[in-house]
Amino acid sequence: MTDNTFLLDGEEIPFQPGQTVIQAALAAGGYIPHLCYHPEFKPHGSCKVCTVKVNGRTAASCTLPAQAGLEVESDTDEINDLRRTLVQMLFAEGNHFCPSCEKSGNCTLQALGYDLGVMTAGFRHFFPDRPVDASHPDILLDFNRCILCELCVRASCEVDDKCVFALSGRGLGKHLVVNAESGLLADTDIALTDKAMEVCPVGVILKKRVGFAQPIGQRRYDPEPISAQALRDAPRPPAGAGHCAACEVEE
Amino acid sequence: MISQLETAPHPETLRRVAIEPISRVEGHGKVTLLLDEDDHVRQARLHIVEFRGFEKFVQGRPFWEIPVMVQRLCGICPVSHHLAASKAMDQIVGVDHLTPTAEKLRRLMHYGQILQSHALHFFHLSSPDLLFGFDSDVAKRNIVGVAAEYPDIARQGVLLRKFGQEVIRITAGKRVHGTSAIPGGVNKNISKEERDFLLKDIYQIIGWSRDAVHLAARLFQQNLDLYNSFGRFRAHSLSLIRADGAMDLYHGGLRARDMDGRTLFDHVDYGHYRDHLGEQVKSWSYMKFPFFRDMGPDTGWYRVGPLARVTQCDFIPTPFADHERRDFLAFERGKPDGGAAGATLGYHWARMIEMLHAAELIKELLHDDDLLGADLVVTGERRERGIGVIEAPRGTLIHDYQVDDDDLVMTANLIVSTTHNNQAMNEAIRQVARQHLDGRKLTEGLLNHIEVAVRAFDPCLSCATHALGKMPLEVELLDAEGSRLDAVTRDLQGFC
Repeated sequence: MTDNTFLLDGEEIPFQPGQTVIQAALAAGGYIPHLCYHPEFKPHGSCKVCTVKVNGRTAASCTLPAQAGLEVESDTDEINDLRRTLVQMLFAEGNHFCPSCEKSGNCTLQALGYDLGVMTAGFRHFFPDRPVDASHPDILLDFNRCILCELCVRASCEVDDKCVFALSGRGLGKHLVVNAESGLLADTDIALTDKAMEVCPVGVILKKRVGFAQPIGQRRYDPEPISAQALRDAPRPPAGAGHCAACEVEE
Repeated sequence: MISQLETAPHPETLRRVAIEPISRVEGHGKVTLLLDEDDHVRQARLHIVEFRGFEKFVQGRPFWEIPVMVQRLCGICPVSHHLAASKAMDQIVGVDHLTPTAEKLRRLMHYGQILQSHALHFFHLSSPDLLFGFDSDVAKRNIVGVAAEYPDIARQGVLLRKFGQEVIRITAGKRVHGTSAIPGGVNKNISKEERDFLLKDIYQIIGWSRDAVHLAARLFQQNLDLYNSFGRFRAHSLSLIRADGAMDLYHGGLRARDMDGRTLFDHVDYGHYRDHLGEQVKSWSYMKFPFFRDMGPDTGWYRVGPLARVTQCDFIPTPFADHERRDFLAFERGKPDGGAAGATLGYHWARMIEMLHAAELIKELLHDDDLLGADLVVTGERRERGIGVIEAPRGTLIHDYQVDDDDLVMTANLIVSTTHNNQAMNEAIRQVARQHLDGRKLTEGLLNHIEVAVRAFDPCLSCATHALGKMPLEVELLDAEGSRLDAVTRDLQGFC
């Protein structure tokens, strides 16, 4: 093993200094299931679906810096059981009615559930009462499906420079809110072209009056599972002199 | 009408027999009979014991979700709800006329639905009664028994249904619960390969559908006295009708006729359905009782579905089916209490004529290049109210929505096909109870007569599917004090 490699399920994974375990693994073709991790944003470490076992202890691979000599276990029955339970808890906590959800087939949570073999929610559903925010003329917020990944919060602040969204409350009471005195989306400067409009992994932030325009069979996760797509889409440093912004790591 | 059998004067003195659940129908319901000490039937009711609640929980949802959400009402004819809701949402987005491609694709989907649903009902659910007899050996009175004794009939039934499901898969995206109808049009066309795939079998399907009509007719004619009189009652009728009087299962105006064939209203814009139809609630059923407003709830109830449609239309616009319609109407016409067109069991014959019609329409559409077109959606100016009506396999289906300025549904009113037939089904079981059960010791075979009457309407009592007539069934015989005297139980394997 060289100075710049670690072991993922026994396979040698090369890394660049500053990369996290999940960044190096995906770039090298090693899939680690994940949900709140997005290659274009700073790691967040909240959903814990990317949990791995490192030298006998569990850690979120999206926030764990890659280090030479690490022995990482990921694709094991024990870890996959934990991931499955985490995804089940997300399904039980919100109101995820996939059959009539516009995001069905394009939804990361649903795709991850299929890929991990989640057959039921496994827990008693909370059935929370979460009214939608339909105040904006072009955008609908359906809080029923929020998994608190904060991707919209990050995108709106870091890319759009608007900070339209935030999380409020703690523990079970934690929820997504809109940064406006009225609390309504109509009173923000969000626009259809914002980055926040495209990052939601589930069906919370939706363009209004667009429902099922994309047929079954042509949706993102219809042709192949999320695990195959995550590997194909993972940012990799170009072989030549090109530039890969998503590969850049913080010093 | 034998309304005196709806509510007995002193029910506490009578013993109760329950058929619960009714088997070989879609969904869950039960029939209760109250009998006096001489086994005379004093009360007979069909109860719908499920509550779906869709009208309530679509409130507050965005309107574009509705066509996909409400089809979950049912796993047997979801296309009907998908299309009725889509027609309502067309109006919400201000569209009165779809592109030819969009309308023809929706129609193709609908005719696939009619074909598969009618095949399922006749072959899988009802043919065991019709081929073997209403009180035949219960162990073989199911589709497995039909497959053993009449393998060709069973095979054709299965393949007819399969073809209908393939039409739905290709037009809607999935065999069950597809998504292709959207407000203002459809989200996909079909490819030349898909069209050719369906064309390959359609002539065989038409041939088998003709055979099915003749089988239904032959069964009726072979058991003429029984079929003519079984659960027979006089009733008004309601259906959609095309502007030229032709049968049209996808779109048209409302036509109603009274029990003597006189027109009550005709070519009524279904947007005004509330002016003509009312709904009554009774304490003993979750299903409402619709009626013609001009007549009131006591005498204004009516029939919908294949029997109403085939007898009310001026003609069927496909040749084979129209020929069969004329034979059907002419059969025993003029004889007192004769004629398949007024018989409860005439529903089966009429249903097969419609299946043939659907097969012929599918053939016509498959030769139409508009199906391959790319002009799929039109838009218009937003409206507040959308009403969509369609002739579902079981009858007229009404979806009515109001949508607020924020695009959320405020109210929904759904009158599903089986609801229209609520009083008619109650009439049928009361007739059968009086004709066949009154004063006799009850047996499984006699009780099945009640179910045969319910099945003729192909009711979708809610939306559940179930396994091939093997629904567990328990019939209890109680004395006036409620003590159990006797019971017959059928287990999950369908054996008593």
